[in-house]
Amino acid sequence: MDDEVNVSWGAVDDATAGARHVAIDHTERGALRLRLSGRWTLGAPAPAAADVFEYARVSDTRVVVDGGRNLQWDSGLLIFLRDVLGEAERRQMHVDFVGLSEGARRLLALASATPEAKERPGGDRPSMLGRVGSSAIATARSAVEVLAFIGEACVGVLRLLTGRARFQRSELLLVVQEVGAQALPIVSLITFLVGVILAYVGAVQLRAFGAQAYVADLVSVAMTREMGAMMTAVVMAGRTGAAFAAQLGTMRVNEEIDALTTFGIPPMEFLVLPRMIALAVMMPLLCLYADLLGMLGGAAVGVGLLHLGGLEYYQRSLQAITLDDFAAGLIKASVFGVLVAIAGCLRGMQSGRTSAAVGAAATSAVVTGIVLIIVSDALMTVLFDVLHL
Amino acid sequence: MATVDVATGIRSRIEVRDLDMRYGDRVIQRDLNFAVEPEDIFVIMGPSGSGKSTLLRHMIGLVPPARGDVYYDHTSFWTADAQGRQRILRRVGVLYQEGALWSSMTLAENIGLVVEEFTDLPPATIREVASLKLALVGLAGFEDFYPSEISGGMRKRAGLARAMALDPDILFFDEPSSGLDPITSRRLDDLILELRDSLGATVVLVTHELASIFAIGTNSIFLDDETKTITAAGNPTKLLHECRDPKVRRFLTRGGKDGS
Repeated sequence: MDDEVNVSWGAVDDATAGARHVAIDHTERGALRLRLSGRWTLGAPAPAAADVFEYARVSDTRVVVDGGRNLQWDSGLLIFLRDVLGEAERRQMHVDFVGLSEGARRLLALASATPEAKERPGGDRPSMLGRVGSSAIATARSAVEVLAFIGEACVGVLRLLTGRARFQRSELLLVVQEVGAQALPIVSLITFLVGVILAYVGAVQLRAFGAQAYVADLVSVAMTREMGAMMTAVVMAGRTGAAFAAQLGTMRVNEEIDALTTFGIPPMEFLVLPRMIALAVMMPLLCLYADLLGMLGGAAVGVGLLHLGGLEYYQRSLQAITLDDFAAGLIKASVFGVLVAIAGCLRGMQSGRTSAAVGAAATSAVVTGIVLIIVSDALMTVLFDVLHL
Repeated sequence: MATVDVATGIRSRIEVRDLDMRYGDRVIQRDLNFAVEPEDIFVIMGPSGSGKSTLLRHMIGLVPPARGDVYYDHTSFWTADAQGRQRILRRVGVLYQEGALWSSMTLAENIGLVVEEFTDLPPATIREVASLKLALVGLAGFEDFYPSEISGGMRKRAGLARAMALDPDILFFDEPSSGLDPITSRRLDDLILELRDSLGATVVLVTHELASIFAIGTNSIFLDDETKTITAAGNPTKLLHECRDPKVRRFLTRGGKDGS
């Protein structure tokens, strides 16, 4: 009965109003006794076990926790007691529970049971250098995968040309519909507005020279050579590339692609070829349509705001462009189509087996698609210039 | 003109020798050696994450082994060229975990596609084959349903119908009873037994469903996730009575008796 210390959290005298109270004494030799009273619920100010153990003596080997039957408790008490158990273990002291309700003891026992062995695939978090290294290795591996994919796609195209490729015609027609007719509304909107923007930007510059009439030239050349194909391709990368990746990714998750493989049906021919063909064929058509709508957008600005004559605008446009300009745009569109299909299908086939991985595949398909479009466009523009096309 | 083989009664044996499975640097299982005898219902069991399904994927040619090989009737699978492998797989049917039906096709088209790939049958006959296979698994009349229009249990049975499309003499099942209620899962077990008996097929089953293991398994291996290899092999019922390995006993008794 020597030194009794009272420690309280919350209002000391008002146990009913939510105070937690611990009385600490040393009634037995070598035992630190904690008598708990008051309300031990979540939300009340929390004591730390370390504070309580401040009062322990060097000679103490045991902790006795005296709960009392009438203690009000919930998880708040368990958190404190786990804390006490942990602290006692650190100090190599033994813990006894006296008078604690049966429920609290059982929950505590459950919580202190040995957890499952923690073994994360890949082990601990690697160091900075380790991460750089493993991401370099991953990049090298994925480069090999990309090359293998492109190689397989080429073999697929060869088999197609020799008439030995196996895919369903109905699948091809379905994809053609998806990437063709169903893409018209969004392509219309985007390319019409691109025409409007081009006309505006051009008009502001050309007005300085009093050469507003040349807006027609500018819009028609820009649309046919460049913007028609590029804007359509960007729309298709967002719309169709992502859809391809999500479709194939989901098929990967459902093991549908594995099923094709075990039946000896090459997924490359069965799934990727129809998508590549559909985009390669439909993109030039969409591009032609986009060219027309872009020029219409330009004409709307030219006639409506710059007060050029409708007929004049039409004739200037006709004079400005040649079949070569169309050809350049259509060749680009076809190449973009194949690239968008490859990006979408590649990311879909590479997708992991979780729903998050399918989402990542779709995102990555769009990014890859747009990068490929811009890079190849730059290359082709230079190439066409050299070839005087 | 090639035709669909009727059950030819070929008795098929599968042997796995010195197989190591890895994901990158992580060992999944090593030194796997076992043989599946003709007309066995061979159970690959083990705790979740021990690599049961991965082993199956190695056996059906989806994942190349880090070491070792799989032999079908003494023919090596992994040293064979693509055509040789395809010839072996031609005799194999696989029921994937969720059925893995091709979602853009109806049930009849799912089965029809496979038949069409390997035979020169006219479309009307292919359709009849599809109807027959669906009838065998109790799905007569569902020819024109899409996989998304039927229940999970029906999808699995349809997947089984597709696996049987070419009258395989080896059938692989990946967790056939996962996600099924006890009665449906029991019916699937009966169906597996029935098919084994009537087709004379060899069956390899990945599962941790004890009821199925004891009801239909004739032989088994237990993959341990800690020692990373086979710790027990034999008839499951015998293992229950005779196996000394505490982990296998705990598994087979749902953790009931500790084996001590």
